Amino acid sequence: MSTAARMPDPYGSGGGANLADILERVLDKGVVIAGDIKINLLDIELLTIKLRLIVASVDKAKEMGIDWWEDDPSLSSGARRREIAEENERLKRRIADLEAAAPELERAKDGQAEQA
Amino acid sequence: MTGDPNLPNRTSSTGQGGPGPGPLGPDETFQDVSGPAELRYVYAVTRPFEGVLPEEGGRGLDGEPPRLLHHEGLVAVVSPVPAADFDEAPLKAHLEDLDWLAGTARTHQAVVTALTAVTTPLPLRLATLCRDDDGVRRLLEDGRARFVRALERLDGRVEWGVKVYAEAAPKKAAAPVAPPSPDKPGAGRSYLQQRLAQKRSRETESRNADALCRTLHTELSQKAEAAQLHRLQDGRISGRTGQNVLNAAYLVPRADSEAFVEQVQALSPEEGGGVTVELTGPWAPYSFTGIGDEEGTA
Repeated sequence: MSTAARMPDPYGSGGGANLADILERVLDKGVVIAGDIKINLLDIELLTIKLRLIVASVDKAKEMGIDWWEDDPSLSSGARRREIAEENERLKRRIADLEAAAPELERAKDGQAEQA
Repeated sequence: MTGDPNLPNRTSSTGQGGPGPGPLGPDETFQDVSGPAELRYVYAVTRPFEGVLPEEGGRGLDGEPPRLLHHEGLVAVVSPVPAADFDEAPLKAHLEDLDWLAGTARTHQAVVTALTAVTTPLPLRLATLCRDDDGVRRLLEDGRARFVRALERLDGRVEWGVKVYAEAAPKKAAAPVAPPSPDKPGAGRSYLQQRLAQKRSRETESRNADALCRTLHTELSQKAEAAQLHRLQDGRISGRTGQNVLNAAYLVPRADSEAFVEQVQALSPEEGGGVTVELTGPWAPYSFTGIGDEEGTA
């Protein structure tokens, strides 16, 4: 275990932190506020790959019989609730986007059908 | 270089409403072009602070120290970045490239870390971009209530990351067992017994890891002001061997950090037991930036 011996001077660039540590903070945490360039980080393909990797990781832990976060709601319910709430929010946005796009698709399909 | 009065990362009492004493040249040149050739990348929001960012890690995405854009009691920490890389379409393409993403994330993180040496920064999510300085000021105005609340709540706090790895590598454990040699009586049975013992010891290790996670998280949550469980990490991104079984972040006053670190050390098992505790930090309070919002709505 590597730790700061004394008061935390900010650790040197990346000292002790791996790429996953940095990505999970810089991509998943931090304040989300819309600038002028709108990018939905969740739409990025890489993130879905990343999420898939993380899910696989949980499965491996479970295979080993490690699931401490699951059967002790007092430990993890807060975090899980937040995560679920975030997920819900994400899905709602996604559905809204899809619903907004759906009429256009329908129209496009109808248009094609009429032409045919 | 450190003594250069034009270094844009220096704070200035006259910086209110302007980007500080940094040269304004580039800002003025693109305003009248159809689309700006440069955008503004915002790393973090802080309160005005004294002091100079440390040289190391204090370089932004343009290779220069980031600029401090003061606006009504808040400071946006920004770098000019080329629109060719950071406008919507090129950015989207870049984000699919893990190397580019990793490099940008590391720089973002390095700037935020440099800020923690002089203040408590409120880190923004990767790729928060504005068209120009006015856009950055608008961002500060739009988010003002949230920024102020979070900065107040997080002032003087840092985040520590604690991870637990279970090093249950079956191959490593299996290696010392010599395969049964046919000329020794009972060798086969002894081999099987050893294999069984190994399986049992792996199960014990898992149980130990599970128990350690509970203890660590319970104890550390009590010591910390707030705790957040992160998703478990995959070795393919973290580059770590061993299974990540706890990945948590704790919000700790800077002044209590030493005691917190000692607590982590005290709770860590001795090396060689198949379970490893890893501490990272101090981080800027990334995982707790929403904390003011929760309290505000609760």
